[in-house]
Amino acid sequence: MTVTGEATLLPGAAPRVTRSRRNVWWTGIVALVIVVVFALLPYYVYAGTTAILDQAFVILTLACMWNLLAGYGGLVSVGQQAFLGLGAYVMLILAMHGVSPFLGLPLGAIGAGVAAVPLWWLVSRLRTGYFAIATWVLATAVELFIEQFQSIGGGSGLPLPGLSGFGPTLLSAYTYWAGLAVSVLALATVYFLLRSRVGLTLTAIRDDETAARSSGVKVGLARGLVFLVAAIGCGAAGGVLAIQQLQVVPQTSGGVFSVQWTAEMAFAVIIGGIGTIEGPILGTIIYMVLQQTLQQYNVWYLITLGLVAIAITLFARRGLWGLVDEHLGVRLFPVGYYLWPASRAKQP
Amino acid sequence: MAWVNDIIQGILLGGLYALFACGLSLLFGIMKVVNLAHGDLAIVGAYVATGVIAVTHVQFLWSIPIMIVLMAAVGYVLQRSVIQAALSKGELATLIVTFGLSVVIENGLQQFFTANSRSIGTNSSLLSNSFSLGSQIPIGWLPLGIFVVAVIVLLALQFFLSRSKYGRMIRAVADDREAAMLSGVNARHVFGIAAAIAFATVGLAGVAYGMSGQFSPSDGNSSILLWAFASVVIGGLGSLWGTLLGGIVLGVAELIGAQINPSYEALAGYVIFLVVLVLRPQGLTARRSQS
Repeated sequence: MTVTGEATLLPGAAPRVTRSRRNVWWTGIVALVIVVVFALLPYYVYAGTTAILDQAFVILTLACMWNLLAGYGGLVSVGQQAFLGLGAYVMLILAMHGVSPFLGLPLGAIGAGVAAVPLWWLVSRLRTGYFAIATWVLATAVELFIEQFQSIGGGSGLPLPGLSGFGPTLLSAYTYWAGLAVSVLALATVYFLLRSRVGLTLTAIRDDETAARSSGVKVGLARGLVFLVAAIGCGAAGGVLAIQQLQVVPQTSGGVFSVQWTAEMAFAVIIGGIGTIEGPILGTIIYMVLQQTLQQYNVWYLITLGLVAIAITLFARRGLWGLVDEHLGVRLFPVGYYLWPASRAKQP
Repeated sequence: MAWVNDIIQGILLGGLYALFACGLSLLFGIMKVVNLAHGDLAIVGAYVATGVIAVTHVQFLWSIPIMIVLMAAVGYVLQRSVIQAALSKGELATLIVTFGLSVVIENGLQQFFTANSRSIGTNSSLLSNSFSLGSQIPIGWLPLGIFVVAVIVLLALQFFLSRSKYGRMIRAVADDREAAMLSGVNARHVFGIAAAIAFATVGLAGVAYGMSGQFSPSDGNSSILLWAFASVVIGGLGSLWGTLLGGIVLGVAELIGAQINPSYEALAGYVIFLVVLVLRPQGLTARRSQS
């Protein structure tokens, strides 16, 4: 990953630019091994374990998307539940017409992406706090709109058809693989998107929007792309969620349009470390640990999560991965660059 | 006649929405804080009022000033501690902190007071009565009272901000914090005062909401924050009277929507919000366009 600049003129004295302070070529291999191990899990563990991991995949996917939005795009959305819901409902409607939910899942994600285009047009001129509440209002409006249609369950939701053909073991394995595939795709998409020109554009906007704009960076276009990708990702997560729950419920008890999803994805990102690829992964792990240990205490895990997120925002704003990065200088999934000053470039 | 009735009831409902929006508008105007916990804090106000009645057995009306003092104290303390700390760390931090507060408050209320709805017992027959205007337009004393309270609160706020010593300091700090501090203003204290006033109106809004119907911990966002925000956007940023206009537009839209089809009530409000957002994003009363 070493990018040598005009180093040939003064051998040994030129600055070097690398993706990370430490060489992390091995993370690709480790990531691959982890994915393979996860993919093989349904053959070795009970369905109870994979069901817990299903939840983790949903949160990981959502967290990746929210991190892309808020951490790189500067778009603090509180309305991502709109896309969760749209993804799930497109899947439901397709399933009612005989399309298998597992095929409906990617189609639902695309549907959420299509819906994101007009919604982006509505909110694109708003910034920060106003953007946050406006997305929330939009999500509520989308929910109310969908609840008007009694044929797709109105305000109470419907069971997801097309899943009864699978045996229970096979269904839980398929659900698990769908969740794994979606979250791996989400991570990979965000990673490669940020390593591309778009990532560079977003970094420029984040550092100084006015300067970026005056240098010809298409700020609106880059943000719109981020919004679109996040909508597709959240739509896919909504589909996985609906398959897991075997139903599509709009609001009550973990419904697809509940703002609780946005709270969970945002808190996972903040705790793990916003603006890093590793943050959402770490945040999801912490989220799952909290949720599993506190789940018998009802809503306490959400309260704890909120308090931890507030504390992290105030005292360690780069999150837990930020602390790791500060002390070890490690980026497992480097998307930026590290500049080695000329005097230190001699070191191997 | 039904339409005239809708418009009149909508205007009265607009008073409630303006009351919801006051605190949100104030905090944004002065500190550029978009308080995502706004709705949940209003619900806290409603719980505080019922709590005061339950503990001290005072008459309902006496619980309101006690609640206002308590909420103002909460506002001052929250501002001086958490919100101020977040303010110095940027916009993302204030959003996350207020969103975190929102989630913590809502779930905390649910944990301690259950998710059941309750209402504020006024023990006053006057508030549930109505008089009629003409022959077919019944006007409830409660909605009328809330509308009058909203107008009084807006007038008082305007008077306070434009005439009083603290109001002048608040405007100075909002305009140019460094310059105000150089002139000897303690900006943090001034922000605290502003937050105390905002929280007092938020608590009042919560009590008004609780008296108008039932309230439960989950009402804060869907029933208060979003409507408050819609009123502010429709009316135009930074204008107190615009907020009242925005609330009235929302209220009328809702009742007309409900007249067409009862399930369109809330949807009509959101549609009018979106229409304004598209056609006139600076709001109905804004004098100069916002970038």
